[in-house]
Amino acid sequence: MILSDILFYIFAFLTLIFGFLVIANPFSRSPVTSAMFLVLTIISLAGLFTLLHAFFLAAVQVLVYAGAVMVLFLFVIMLLDLKAEDRRRFKILAVIGGLTSAGAILLIFLRGLLNEPLGATNSPTLEGGTVALGKLLFTQYLLPFEIVSILLLVAMVGVVLLSKKDLK
Amino acid sequence: MTIGLAHYLVVSAMLFALGLAGVIVRRNLLVIYMSLELMLNAANLTLVAFSRFTNNLDGQVFVFFVITVAAAEVSVGLALIVAVYRKRQTVHVEDLRTLKL
Repeated sequence: MILSDILFYIFAFLTLIFGFLVIANPFSRSPVTSAMFLVLTIISLAGLFTLLHAFFLAAVQVLVYAGAVMVLFLFVIMLLDLKAEDRRRFKILAVIGGLTSAGAILLIFLRGLLNEPLGATNSPTLEGGTVALGKLLFTQYLLPFEIVSILLLVAMVGVVLLSKKDLK
Repeated sequence: MTIGLAHYLVVSAMLFALGLAGVIVRRNLLVIYMSLELMLNAANLTLVAFSRFTNNLDGQVFVFFVITVAAAEVSVGLALIVAVYRKRQTVHVEDLRTLKL
């Protein structure tokens, strides 16, 4: 068993544990705790990306998700006053329904995984470095890249409009 | 046994199922939103794993776009949640029962 295999198991375990603590933390129901565990989940996922040699995406994952998006989440949590919210009980019907549907979809995924040949190579050589990804992004995917920049502008305008005091 | 594509796909499927369970079980809009992010990240992991094991960089470019769109989506969604909170003073889904703001 080589080092990368051990690291895979460690990161996969951490990702799933932290992901579970995001949705059901036995000690705290506060959204701040969920947000902090989501940060840890995302960082563990960045570790998995690194193991897949997607170095650029691992860096982007930490910068954009763990940095920008989670700061946004925390700002909104602090903006809203949520003290009265976390004393409520789980609905038993919701728990049963949620676990059933999640288990069902997991079963479908795993059955599909067992039955289909994946067409994967056993000796992958792909390296997702910045140079390779940037070349592809600025040649073949130039138009989607520009459209995404417009999308970000649209989102910015929309957020400013939605945050106005008198929303009509 | 060496780590292959199937290992990553199993992790991704479990993470997606966790996110789905979170969306259905939790009642707080913000936590539901975080569970959505979990599902999005599970899909990203699938794309990166397939990209690596089929020697094709297109999957990683797609993940790059997904991360960008997710950032835009989070900002708009959180602005909507703040707008709802201003009107109704709650982010609990059971208290949000009317369509009219």
